[in-house]
Amino acid sequence: MLEYSSKYFAEERNQSLHEVGVERPRSDVQGHVTGRTQFYADRNFPGLLHLKMVRSPHHHARIKSIDVSKALKVPGVVRVLTAADIPSNIYTILCLIQVEPNDEPVLAFDKVRYKGEQIVAVLADSQRAAREGAARVKVVYEPLPAVFDVEEALKPGAPLVNEYHGRNWFTYEGHHCRRVRHGDVEKAFAAADHVIEEKYQSSPIEHAPTETTGCIVVPDSNDRFTCYSNTQALYFTLDNSALILKSPFHKLRLVGGTVGGGFGGKVDVIVEPIAFLAAMLARRPVKYEFSREEEMQVSSPRAAERIYIKDGVMNDGRIIARKVRLYVDAGAYSRHSPYGTTKAAAHMPGPYTIPNVWVDSHCVYTNRTPSSAMRGFGVTIGDFALEVQMDKLARLIGMDPMEFRILNAYRDGDLKAHGKETTGAALVECIQAAAQLADWPIGERYKAMSSQRKGA
Amino acid sequence: MAKQRGRGMASVNYPTGMNLGGDPSQALIHATTTGSFVVTLSSVDLGQGLKTIMAQICAETLGIPTDNVIVDTADTDTGPHCMGTFASRGTHRIGNAIIMAAKEARAVLLEVAAEELEVNAADLETDGKGNIQIKGSPGKSISVLETALAAHFKHGRTISGRGIFLQPRSYPEPETGRMTPATCYAHACTVAEVEVDTETGEVAVLSLKSAYEVGRALNPRMVEQQIVGGAWMGISHALYETTEPYYPDRAHGPVDFNEYLMPGPGDLPKFENVVIERPAPDGPYGAKGVGEMTANSPIPAIANAIYDAVGVRIDSLPITPEKVLRALKAQAA
Repeated sequence: MLEYSSKYFAEERNQSLHEVGVERPRSDVQGHVTGRTQFYADRNFPGLLHLKMVRSPHHHARIKSIDVSKALKVPGVVRVLTAADIPSNIYTILCLIQVEPNDEPVLAFDKVRYKGEQIVAVLADSQRAAREGAARVKVVYEPLPAVFDVEEALKPGAPLVNEYHGRNWFTYEGHHCRRVRHGDVEKAFAAADHVIEEKYQSSPIEHAPTETTGCIVVPDSNDRFTCYSNTQALYFTLDNSALILKSPFHKLRLVGGTVGGGFGGKVDVIVEPIAFLAAMLARRPVKYEFSREEEMQVSSPRAAERIYIKDGVMNDGRIIARKVRLYVDAGAYSRHSPYGTTKAAAHMPGPYTIPNVWVDSHCVYTNRTPSSAMRGFGVTIGDFALEVQMDKLARLIGMDPMEFRILNAYRDGDLKAHGKETTGAALVECIQAAAQLADWPIGERYKAMSSQRKGA
Repeated sequence: MAKQRGRGMASVNYPTGMNLGGDPSQALIHATTTGSFVVTLSSVDLGQGLKTIMAQICAETLGIPTDNVIVDTADTDTGPHCMGTFASRGTHRIGNAIIMAAKEARAVLLEVAAEELEVNAADLETDGKGNIQIKGSPGKSISVLETALAAHFKHGRTISGRGIFLQPRSYPEPETGRMTPATCYAHACTVAEVEVDTETGEVAVLSLKSAYEVGRALNPRMVEQQIVGGAWMGISHALYETTEPYYPDRAHGPVDFNEYLMPGPGDLPKFENVVIERPAPDGPYGAKGVGEMTANSPIPAIANAIYDAVGVRIDSLPITPEKVLRALKAQAA
């Protein structure tokens, strides 16, 4: 049930619209419900090869040797790919926006840094032969000590996860974390009526798409290669693939646009570069699709986060200081986490005007599946921590939680902790509307407040 | 041992788009001979309805019916650049690019119509039904179809337009974190009502009542789909999902949907939603990104409702029956 509340911001709305503001069915809905939508995997190509990956059984180990000879003897196996076949093996997705360093091998060669990391790709005429070939690849490992906890990883002497960083954290312009500094929190804590510090934690979360990540690359007749993919970002995929393959950009083509669930899980560039290379070397169409197990345990999840929030609050309800220490568990490689960690820092202290804010937001490397983008990237877990904290603060000083939030909510013109002026605020009105919807009593004074500072 | 009810609330905002690397998207628009308009993109519709929204925005700007707009997307050989579909950016960034392209195409459309009608283009308007008429006198008009035919075969003109929206890169100041991390912000507030079984630790979400401020709901039905789908994901994050149930221990990771739990249809609460619109000056017809945000406010609202019901705080996600029972046990001790 959806209803409109037109009593807020009526003067700011242009009412003379015809085609927008109108309900129309989604263009793909009929195809989806009748099972006629064509996904990438519905395409069939003669001579299609299947790609299966040999993956690390260890969280952290040195690779002593790789022997593919038995895999090549499996009937139906056409060839294998190892790190030596990749023209530019070490990459990072966000190199496209100048994030450094390149820190992740397409195929591991000297070390594996998480359980499930890809090492050898096996190409075969059938899925079964590809799986059997992958099972016959012999990799000899020397297990290394692993680190799984973000705060343990930051301690001196912790096992080094990623040599390309040389330390277990991403470096932000010389700092070990993304910082936000606004006012003086320590001075404000000294003046606060109450100071409380709480710890919040989340675990990794899977995007759980109906359709697992995958693609098919087809060699065209004119020495170009077309990749049918369910990526959320065609050019991210094309550009990264070309850099990894050292291929002229014009030789690659991405076709997509039908995705059986994204939620941020199909923003990483994992399956396409290796499938492009396989198709180039084998001169045959190649399909690389994640199994459900790979989708759940090997493809990037939402990062686990650990967040400490220390607040200074006054008996009259004003929050005067907020200090946040936030740790994003990036897993073994950067992928999109350096960006998400900055986004998490920028999101603090939530939609409230707090005059003193201090944030250290850390992107930490551990020996687990690399995390990456997911719906609400850098924000969802922060909101959990912030809003549970707000509930605790309201109860601490004996205020209604809605009134407490309305009092502290940002208004137009307020300065945010990251230095931007607030515009277009509407939190006060959302709280008022939700209170009315849920029959949650709030005082007249709070009903009269506005994001526009009328009657505040 | 009892089932105890409680309610909690949470309020959030959400940034539209990313701009820590520059955030552009492009659109090209051209008319066919018969007055259909093709929007060419490389953007990906994830199933959230991007193509439908883009057709509506194009039609609104051109002043023609949405049915006459064809969206051709997701091929890098034909579509101009798009960063991708993520960060609640699609409607805002691509929508703005389409408005720019459609304005250029509309100007040509009206110029050709003006020549055909032998009037000044500035005196023309579209009727939204496929015709171009002289302002105030609907009697003197020409159809978009006739205009497109004339452009192609008589005037040798292309009715087309190019659009781009670029949110320039923001470089955070290293010492203070001063930056421009997003453009506009959407808002939400959710009240959750839960029932906690103190014998099993299970939490049932009874209702989610929410208000969402979305700038402008360009397609209200699809806004509602995002709201309900997102709230479902919020419930799932709050109570069910993780790939590492004993994080930071890596053991016991689920590998399929028998082990990776999510709420089924029987676990859905009653939803009530109110939409508020405060148009964003930089958004296409005022729209803000609403997609991601809808999962966020239910999570803490549910956590706070659990505390309200049974007096224990579970500060780690997901809030599984095991965690609830252990907390209740510790509380009793």
